[in-house]
Parts: sequence; structure tokens; C-alpha cells
Amino acid sequence: MAPILDVRDLRVEFPTRRGTLTALDGVSFAIEPGEVLGVVGESGAGKSMTGAAIIGLLEPPGRIAGGQILLNGRRIDNLPHEQMRRIRGREIGAIFQDPLTTLNPLYTVGDQLIETMQTHLDLSGGEARQRAIGWLEMVGIPAAAQRVDSYPHEFSGGMRQRVVIALALCAEPKLVVADEPTTALDVSIQAQIIALLKRLAREKGTAMMLVTHDMGVIAETADRVAVMYAGRIAEIGPVREVVKDPRHPYSTGLMASIPPLDRRVEHLAQIDGAMPRLSAIPPGCAFNPRCPHVFDRCRVERPELLETGATRAACWLYDPASEKQAPEALRHG
Amino acid sequence: MADDIAMRASGAPPPHASDASPPRASGASPPRASGATPMLAAEELAKYFDVSRPLLQRLLAREGRRILRAVDGVSFEIPKGTTLSLVGESGCGKSTVARLVVGLYQPTRGRVLFDGQDLEKARAASEQRRRMQMIFQDPYASLNPRWRVRDIVAEPIRAFGLTRDNAAQRERVAQLLAQVGLSPLDGEKYPHEFSGGQRQRISIARALSSNPEFLVCDEPTSALDVSVQAQILNLMKDLQRRLGLTYLFISHNLAVVRQISDRIGVMYLGRLVELAPAETLFNAPRHPYTRALMEAIPDLDMTGRQRVPVGGEVPSPISPPSGCPFHPRCPLANHRCKAERPALIPARGTPETVVACHAVEEGRDGAAFTPMDQRPPGPRIGTTATAL
Repeated sequence: MAPILDVRDLRVEFPTRRGTLTALDGVSFAIEPGEVLGVVGESGAGKSMTGAAIIGLLEPPGRIAGGQILLNGRRIDNLPHEQMRRIRGREIGAIFQDPLTTLNPLYTVGDQLIETMQTHLDLSGGEARQRAIGWLEMVGIPAAAQRVDSYPHEFSGGMRQRVVIALALCAEPKLVVADEPTTALDVSIQAQIIALLKRLAREKGTAMMLVTHDMGVIAETADRVAVMYAGRIAEIGPVREVVKDPRHPYSTGLMASIPPLDRRVEHLAQIDGAMPRLSAIPPGCAFNPRCPHVFDRCRVERPELLETGATRAACWLYDPASEKQAPEALRHG
Repeated sequence: MADDIAMRASGAPPPHASDASPPRASGASPPRASGATPMLAAEELAKYFDVSRPLLQRLLAREGRRILRAVDGVSFEIPKGTTLSLVGESGCGKSTVARLVVGLYQPTRGRVLFDGQDLEKARAASEQRRRMQMIFQDPYASLNPRWRVRDIVAEPIRAFGLTRDNAAQRERVAQLLAQVGLSPLDGEKYPHEFSGGQRQRISIARALSSNPEFLVCDEPTSALDVSVQAQILNLMKDLQRRLGLTYLFISHNLAVVRQISDRIGVMYLGRLVELAPAETLFNAPRHPYTRALMEAIPDLDMTGRQRVPVGGEVPSPISPPSGCPFHPRCPLANHRCKAERPALIPARGTPETVVACHAVEEGRDGAAFTPMDQRPPGPRIGTTATAL
């Protein structure tokens, strides 16, 4: 199947007075119809930046300095502002973390849904209103026919995020970029929203990029996962393999440092140090100063994504030509 | 609507609402560790906030005062050298308890005993104040950006007059920084030169500088990334072992809480609904809310099971439901739950747990009698959670 979104070798730079910072470097991935790609990583890894680059909302002075973004086979990274604006909403829907800042407080949720649909679809006012009510029902808002005329402040946080989801999906985009859609919500509400997103992606055949720092959300929702570190993809593969049997030493450390709910451990695995600042990304592999398996090659040469098992990891341990090979512990979970 | 707004004269002691809180059963407070004085005891602690609109607007709209019951009758004890965690969703009152316990808020009702002494009296003496410190959630907001780290860490030493000798002070700061895994040379730097995890280490060093025995930690790791969170949790456990500290740990993350706690209290709408030893709580959660909370946490198991999310949302603490505050969302609720507020009493089957639930008391909660690890395979509580 042809992918809906195809990101090739994406590079985003921020020119500053003290030199150019590279926020994303050589990021490549694709998402197929109906597929949910999870993007995880710690703060500053570039996951939200990747989403922003795709929807064309990079904060200036950030700019795409290399690579391509293809939506349904068509390049969208170099489109003029006006054309990109028409694609947003119609072809790409966006869900952000904070539902309160996403909604306009001065319009009823119905007006916002109707405006979005009429901008992008050829609908009469009556039809649009009917559909707006239909969408509110679909995202699980009780008494949708009455609530359609309510203002955002009359909804609770979880209900508002449902409205935002309806808003992102109402023009029936082919791709949805969801940036931390459940982070601002309480756990009991989180589960409801995750279930909803998953169902809608499947039913509508929408491709979804789900950016989050919560591995549990990814494990429950995503089909494939990309683990990001310092603006690069460290590992990408099917969710089961990346979570249960990660190959990149960073993914391994990341999964091990998540406190388990089903038992108490005396000493949690920790990755010493912190992610490098963008101004000081080390040469070679960005993870090499923190890596327990580091060897000479990692310090000079940047690793490509290499096939290993079911996933691909940017790690020299998986290059048969390297002088050091992955230890058994890494190869088999 | 009459229920929504508590009409009462300002200044009058808040009445014990109509849901007649029953007398506390003798087992309501956890058993004391062999008669020793607990580090901290909270007795029927309550904190109400007046969130009424200004008087004129109230008169025009003919509405009464609006009282937000952030904490509404919470009792617990923390034996010395142990960790009690309070968990719950936003708005459940856990952070308010933390602030009451260190004296940042005055309780509306009830009292706090610090090492057997009334907190208000204890806080009058700097020698007692020195013994308790707090670590806050946001390491970016809790350090003065214009002070060098050495001055930040030394401030409690100066404030409590622990030593006036500059050389001794410098040495103590260096030792504290080393103790939390920083370099003594870091004392010369400013907070902005550090990452979030390192800043939280500075906060911990500052808290330790007055040689406290009791630390209140309000979500100390929730602003941190998961690999850094592990570093801080390990550090806190290590310090507890070495210095014999007592912790009150506030968190919304059950997995984190499991790693660090001896006992755990689950809060809902300003009340404790369940209080149990950590392992008991996870192996045999009793209150329907506790069970729902554990069920809702996304896990890494990928069993593909259908999750049954808790329906509805947390009601407003300004107009809490009558009886048991959880009854509108509870699958086991009946007429008694709507009318009568349940007391925190030892649970059938797991007597070391105290739980405020009529269904548990009456034995209407079925499955919960079998501890988790003895249940037949099937849908089960998830394993690993989650936030990075």
C-alpha cells in the first residue's frame, strides 16, 4: 500500500546568533492508511518538532533545511503559505496537548465545527450542523444535539479534548498529527480518549502520527513506534518489538527506566547523564557519551538505521562490519 | 442547586455537612508501630477554601457562599523512617494535604501532630521547623535564578543559624552537593546551567541542608523525563536508607508510588478512600475507585484486552455528591452509598487495608476477595506504566 505520509531525510535548523542549531537531522519514516505511528522520546528529542514540520507550523526562525515531506505522493514541505493553509484541516488534522488553547472561547463548539467543515467541504449550513452533531456523538459527548450550542468553557477537560478530536477529524483528513493528546488529562479520562482515537483511526482509515512521552499510551495505541533522541530516530519498528525487545541501547535504557506497576524493584535502571543540548550534540552517535556499549567507531561515525530483527536501529553494534557486535543481552531482550 | 452552594455565615465553623459523617471506627487510624510516636499524624484534617464571588455580585445573583472542600476529613500516620504516599487525580486534594502538613496552610478543622507535638506549636520553634523540609514539583520555578547554587543550598543553614563559620558552611555545601550526585564545583554555577534532573538534585540538597528528618515531596519527579525520574527516585531511596528520613510523597503516578512507598493512601475528592501497605494495595486493591484507577493505566503488556474506562469525570469539590463521593461513577453503588458517607474501616479479607466503601463492608465487591496474584488468568491489572 502506498503510504499517506512519507518523510525523507528531514532536517530542521534554527539559525541563531551563535550559529545554526540542527533540531532534526535525517529523520525518515512513512505512515500507511489506518496505521498509527507512535513517536516517543524525552523532552527536547524533536518529536513535537517533527509534527510541527509536517503540519507546516514550525516556529520561526526554525526552517526545513533539507529532505522532503510527501503527502499522498505530493511534496508539501515547499508549498507557499496559502496553499499549505488549505491542506491543513482538509488533508492534515492536528490535535494538540492543551484543549483549552486549541478552541476559540468566543464561539460555540458547533460554530467551530461547522466553520471547519464549510471551509473544507462543500456543505450547506443545515447539513454542516447535522454533521457537527453527528461528530460530537461519535466522540462520545452525551446529549450532543444540546451541547452543540455550548461554549468551550462549559465543557470539562476530557470533554474539551473530545471536541478537539472531532474538530481535527471533521473534514475527514487523511493524516492526523496528535501531539500529546492525553498528557493534560487524568488517567481515568486518558483511557477513554486513547480508545476513541484508536477506534476512529481504524474506522476511517486515517493515518495517525501520535507524539507522546508516555510509553503506555504508545503500547496501547500505536502499530509502529519511532524512538527519537537528540533530533534523530534511534530506533523504529513494530510496537511489540520496540517495547518488549528494544535493540538500540537508548531504547533499552528507556524501557528499563520506566517504573513497573506490577512489582517493586529495589533499584530502577537509570541512564546516567542527560540528553545533549542542540548546541552540543557530540560527533558520531548522539548517544555515545551515555552508552554502556560505546566503542571507537561510535565517537566518529554517525550510524545509519540498520536492520536488526524486526526493527531498525541506528547503532553500529548491528553493522556486521563493526569490530564490536551487539552482546547477547541486547539481541534477545 | 440547593446542595451545590453551601450557605453559611462567614467565619462560622463549617458544619459537618448533611451527610452526617459517622463516628470514626476504632480501626480508622492505622495501627501504631509498637507504640512509637509517629513522625507525623494527621487527625481529621480539613481545608475549605472560600471561592465565593464578591459580595455585591452574590447579593445581585442571590447566591450564597461557595465553599471548595479541598480536603475533607483526612487522617493518617507516618511512622518514623517510612514513606507514605498519597495518590489521586488532579483536584483530589493531595497537594493541599502536603501544604497543610508543613504548615503552609492553616487547617479549617482537625490538626497535625509533628513528632507528637501540635504542628502550630512546633512551627513556632526554629529547632522544630528545621526538622521538616519540602521538595516541590517544578525544579524550574523553585530555585532562585539569580542566586548561585552554593547560596541556594546554604540558605537554610543560614536561616536556621546552623553555623556562622563560612569555611564550615562551604564545606557543608560541598558535602551536600556530593551527596546528591553533583560536583562540589557546581556550587559556583547558576540554576539555568543545569538540566531539570540536576535542578531537582539541587532542590534535594537544599532540603537536606538543615538536617531534616521529615521531607514532604510534592510530585518531585513528574516534571522530569523517565530516565531522569529513575535517577531521582533511586537517589531518594538511597538518602532515606542512609539518613533515616521519613517521607510524605505526593504523586499521581501509581507505578512511581509503588517503587518508593511503604504505605499508600488513595484520595478522591478531598477524602482518603483507601489506605494500605504498598504491596497489599497493588495485590488486592479494594475500593472500586482504586481498582478503576489501576485498570485505567495504559500498560506495556499489549494483551489487546478491551479496557473498561471509568465512566464520567471527577465531580466538582464545590458541590461534592452526597454520601460516598465516588457513587456517581461506581459500578457497585446503591441507595446507601448515595445517602451515607462511608467511614474508613478495615476491609474484610485484607484487614491491614482501611477502606471507605459500603460495598466492601457489606461484602458486595465480589472478586476483590481474591488477591491479584491468586486470580485465574484473564483480564488483569496491567504491569508496566508508563510516562517517560
